[in-house]
Amino acid sequence: MDTRNTKVMNRFDVTSRLIAKLKNEEAVIGGIGNTNFDLWAAGHRPQNFYMLGSMGLAFPIALGVALAQPDRRVFALEGDGSLLMQLGTLSTIATLKPKNLTMIVMDNGIYQITGAQPTPAAGIADLVAIAAGSGLTNSSWAADEDDFERLIDEALEASGPSLIAARIDDKPGVGTTRRDPVQIRERFMHGLGVREPL
Amino acid sequence: MAIAEQHNSPAQASSDKASADTTWHGIILQTLKRNEISLVPYVPDRVLTPLIKSLHADPFFTTFATAREEEAVGIVSGAWMGGRRGAVLMQTSGFATLANVLASLAVPYQIPLIMFVSERGTLGEFNYGQSLVCRTMRPVLDSLALEHHTITRLDELEFIVDRSIKQAVTTQAPVALILNPLLTGGKVFDK
Repeated sequence: MDTRNTKVMNRFDVTSRLIAKLKNEEAVIGGIGNTNFDLWAAGHRPQNFYMLGSMGLAFPIALGVALAQPDRRVFALEGDGSLLMQLGTLSTIATLKPKNLTMIVMDNGIYQITGAQPTPAAGIADLVAIAAGSGLTNSSWAADEDDFERLIDEALEASGPSLIAARIDDKPGVGTTRRDPVQIRERFMHGLGVREPL
Repeated sequence: MAIAEQHNSPAQASSDKASADTTWHGIILQTLKRNEISLVPYVPDRVLTPLIKSLHADPFFTTFATAREEEAVGIVSGAWMGGRRGAVLMQTSGFATLANVLASLAVPYQIPLIMFVSERGTLGEFNYGQSLVCRTMRPVLDSLALEHHTITRLDELEFIVDRSIKQAVTTQAPVALILNPLLTGGKVFDK
């Protein structure tokens, strides 16, 4: 991994940089574990959805939101271990070509939350190459924080799906999401304008 | 499927807008449409082929294959939260891959996940593995206390599907509609 031309960043920092750029009530789906913990820690927004299980489904859930609301930009944050569980969804998304979906992969090569065991892909597989090979031609590694922000700006204007991978360190998430699935779902639906509170 | 076409029952479920298509797949398509279910991802199954074909042929529907059934569950769950209704089509063996997503997404987040399961493994099954995996389906559904119906008769199909969709939406709970070979004809060894 040291041979790659990408800076090792921090998940919370990168997530905070993403959130700071969202000005139009964009939806954000946070994948299981540290990924949604750092989304939570970056500051709750009504358009955030936090996953408490279903490892690997952040991109499919985000795809569903994107198909339901084509005029809203949708972001999905997923860990490398989670993505490895559901690589087929990259092809599904490439086939459907939602114009409003951006996928962000946080790649530290480990299952940090379970004890930092290396993933089977660590140091051997290139997730951006896998995404490109799955048909997601607009897939990139973020070289550093500035490049990550530039790629987010591009994604906000893109006319097709984008995938951005960030190499991150082995730090755990900064916060802990409140594990209240009904409230998470209900607040998210309010945030998307689907429902009004009672 | 030839068998299914012979099942045209005189006691067609009460419908004020009687469809010309009284096949099982025609009734399901019309019932989905009437309930504004427009997003239908699936993992294909031989028996489901006529339904899948007619969904693709109808511009009302966004229908496509996914690589795994749980992926399709994630998609329709996201769509529901975004205000669009969906349903997932799969085979018995595909349902067997869903325990985790049912228990960690659909049930705890109270998502009206509508599943159509083409039932393999019974009434003439020729693949031992299919007959075994079929036996896991209802115990999994029952273990989560999920609503499920096994549909065997064409004259009950519209009623069960229509009422089950409405119940899923209003109670925000998943439902599995199991399409039995008595309804669809199933898949037999010589096909």
